[in-house]
Amino acid sequence: MIKSAPSLDNNMNIFNKLSRLSWGFITLIIVIAFIGFTALYSAAGGNFDPWASRQITRFCVGIAGMIIIAMFDIRWWYRLAYPLYILGFILLVIVEIKGQIGMGAQRWIDLGFIQIQPSEAMKIVVVLALAKYFHTATPEEMKSPRFLTPAVFLILAPVGLVLLQPDLGTSLMIVMAGITMFFLSGAPILYFIVGGVLAVLSLPVAWSLMHSYQKQRVLTFLNPESDPLGSGYHIIQSKIAIGSGGIEGKGFLQGTQSRLNFLPEKQTDFIFTLWVEEWGLIGGLFLFGVFGALFLYGHIIAQKIRYSFGRLLAVGLIVNFSLYVFINTAMVMGLIPVVGAPLPMISYGGTSMLTVLVGFGLMLSAYVHRDAKMPRM
Amino acid sequence: MDKNFDRSKSFTRRAFVVGAVQGGMLAVLGGRLAWLQLVEGQKYKTLADKNRINVKMTLPSRGEIVDRFGVPLAINNQNFRVMVIPEQSKDLDKALKMLSQYIDLDEKQIQKIIKQSKKAASFVPLEVTDNLTWNDVAKIEVHLPDLPGINIDVGEVRSYPLAEATAHIVGYVGSVTQNDLEKDPAHILKLPDFKIGKTGLEKSFEEEIRGEEGTSHMEVNVRGREVRELNSEKSFEGERLTLSIDAETQRFTQNRLSQERSASAIVMNAHTGAVYALSSYPSFDPNLFVNGIGVDRYQEILNNPQFPFNNKAISGQYPPGSTFKMITALAALRSGVATSKTLVNCTGSYEYGSDIFYCWKRGGHKYVSMESALMKSCDTYFYKLSTEIGIDKMVETAREFGLGETYDFDLGGERQGLLPDKEWKMATLGQKWRPGETIVSSIGQGYISATPLQLAVMTSRLVNGGKAVKPWMVGYVGDKKVNQENWPSMNVNQRHLKIIKRGMDRAVDDEKGTAYSSQIEEKKWRMGGKTGTAQVKRITKKQRMSGERSGDDNWNYRHHALFVGYAPLNNPKYVVSTVIEHGGSGSGTAAPLARDLLRFVQERELDKSEIKVR
Repeated sequence: MIKSAPSLDNNMNIFNKLSRLSWGFITLIIVIAFIGFTALYSAAGGNFDPWASRQITRFCVGIAGMIIIAMFDIRWWYRLAYPLYILGFILLVIVEIKGQIGMGAQRWIDLGFIQIQPSEAMKIVVVLALAKYFHTATPEEMKSPRFLTPAVFLILAPVGLVLLQPDLGTSLMIVMAGITMFFLSGAPILYFIVGGVLAVLSLPVAWSLMHSYQKQRVLTFLNPESDPLGSGYHIIQSKIAIGSGGIEGKGFLQGTQSRLNFLPEKQTDFIFTLWVEEWGLIGGLFLFGVFGALFLYGHIIAQKIRYSFGRLLAVGLIVNFSLYVFINTAMVMGLIPVVGAPLPMISYGGTSMLTVLVGFGLMLSAYVHRDAKMPRM
Repeated sequence: MDKNFDRSKSFTRRAFVVGAVQGGMLAVLGGRLAWLQLVEGQKYKTLADKNRINVKMTLPSRGEIVDRFGVPLAINNQNFRVMVIPEQSKDLDKALKMLSQYIDLDEKQIQKIIKQSKKAASFVPLEVTDNLTWNDVAKIEVHLPDLPGINIDVGEVRSYPLAEATAHIVGYVGSVTQNDLEKDPAHILKLPDFKIGKTGLEKSFEEEIRGEEGTSHMEVNVRGREVRELNSEKSFEGERLTLSIDAETQRFTQNRLSQERSASAIVMNAHTGAVYALSSYPSFDPNLFVNGIGVDRYQEILNNPQFPFNNKAISGQYPPGSTFKMITALAALRSGVATSKTLVNCTGSYEYGSDIFYCWKRGGHKYVSMESALMKSCDTYFYKLSTEIGIDKMVETAREFGLGETYDFDLGGERQGLLPDKEWKMATLGQKWRPGETIVSSIGQGYISATPLQLAVMTSRLVNGGKAVKPWMVGYVGDKKVNQENWPSMNVNQRHLKIIKRGMDRAVDDEKGTAYSSQIEEKKWRMGGKTGTAQVKRITKKQRMSGERSGDDNWNYRHHALFVGYAPLNNPKYVVSTVIEHGGSGSGTAAPLARDLLRFVQERELDKSEIKVR
């Protein structure tokens, strides 16, 4: 089936490819990672142990993995899109079955040397699969419900399983990334309006299906002071920490809320709080600036790619990344309920970093091979 | 290719929209951050400080109370307590069992502490026991390495070395009650180990000797564990009180009083008003109150019919009896009713209208002058004079000499006594004053009453050349002198005072005097004075005829015995006032007591001593 004409890409050696990497993009990733190391060093009270040192190791492994992924021809990834989707889905089912037979709400599979969290992997794989699905879509097809319905199921099938885990945050991220893919591919605006109305109408149903702890989170979000020692405690303490940072912050290693443990989960979900408590508004806006620059870079990369699959993949993945950022920071600043989402590259933890770096690897692969001749259906 | 181009254009447009949404989101989040950190920053800073800063108060040392030579009357002893920090002793039960080998600690107490430890954070020290002896402290110190989590903590506990002897002067401290909190809003009262003055000087000088608490701002973590001290202010020790009291005289007085069932005495300087000793018997041990007295013990003291809690020297009100005769005599001299030469024939009784007033001596004293009337304590002489003086003039003189008033004395609980006159009777009883009541008042009976302290002041003013001296006890608060030693002269004729004093001199030193038996042997220490025997129960005519003088078959009906005295005779320096409740007669019990006290203070030459500040 793939009878691609000889192209420039096929003749690229490893050095050509390395030189075609977006080093500006990679620099921004490294800057963000260093902010993370700094925050983790502070979270441990001025120690590399136990968090910063391990995070550095992971990042080194991750960024190497990212570049290796980028070296693989984008057509490999194109071909692997559906198989990876199926693999991810099967793993998700396995986790679900394990949960059902009484091993608790475990969300990962232990392979001995690494723990795989299928729901995290799905965030990328869904984008990958949709990019492939929409790669060849004609404008007519984009208007055809018959063409679009299978794509909707590509999203809903894993979302359903993730909701069962139950992991509301990840489900929403997959859905939102998926909607973005539809939008980018040129689906009629009307469909989004209809979909939006349906979503609003289904809210009461969703509410009734929610677990009590999820309901509680929503309720305490709406009024955190109602339960200052219970679920609202996290939000209140986080807001105190952020607010007390002021413009200049309390200084490196001087964050009282985090150092004295008033701040919960300071090394994971609430790392942003720690950062802005110590570095203030200046540090917070700097971080947002770097994130913003990375988003922009993602879009520039996408614009330079000369085929739909790559463009969709690049924007989809950068949107995916930005969703992590938005959900986490909005959560710790009390704008949305506590959903338990890490700040990618900065929060301690291997899974989200790995997911993000794998995603960036795919983006860069599309960018390195931006002139590739893609197969047409 | 066109289609591809269109798609590419559409993608670019839509990607731009997506990018704009992302940018918008970042702007919203940045705005939220700015809102929290700029607009609400101050509010959250306060909240963060409230989270992390725990203000701890440190108790100041309470000011000591010492006598005129610096002998301690109220001090702070070290209170050694055994504390245990549960997190430091891996096995609390085991550690406490080990500890019980060295100190008295039973299973019940151990279980109680273990129960407490479950309620508190594991780093909070718990008190195991307090008031350890040196011996126990030494034993525990030696074995400290085998007692993980156990340590010894030193607090302060108020202690009164003279115990019963100074209970009525110094008073005692105790735990703060709800009532105390309502009267005094100071924060220091809320500290758990703080003790407040309950009686005596501990109460009346509470503010001065309390001191100022120190504060330390501790940074604590979320569990309340102290991380570091941010800043601290030292506590300031309370002021030290230096008294005019002489501990030796005080102790001697208290011991001497204990020969009686219920008595009180004051020894003071006639010129300065400095009180050397002030005692009331029975007394109690104030040390019992510091850590809370047991209910049984408290009830026992409370139920004692002689009221040990009552400081009779300042709050006991007694008819002054014959000790009032000096006032009657002086009033007679001042109003011209009598001179020193005026003679009255005492036949043993005095008739006024249809009433008969008896002299204490059956058969009478024959002709008596003012001097001999005081010496022999002839009642008739004063009956006769009083009808001419009138109650108002008598009361006026009494008031000038310090009766019927309080002196703002350093101790709380001073009573006013009573000087009855026509107005008073109309106002309180709604009756007209009867002339017979003037006659009874002239010998200090009837409505009239005075406290031993007032009688001491009266006597001082009579023998110090007419200076309006007032008593005081606190010489210095810290280094600041607070007492007055020079008193204004009263409007009184020195000649009149001499006549009175001669009468009092002779009451002790003339062989016909009522208190001759109490004369001091050493000539230089001789005292003068006046006996008083205050009737408690009215003696009926029948009893008088049958020779019954005082209801001495029943202690409760026996007369109160009073004596006011001074020494030496020439320019008296010391004044003593004693009252022995139901002591029978002034000459029998009160005068010997006064003699012993005056002899003791003269031997100590207290008048030559200055109050020593440090």
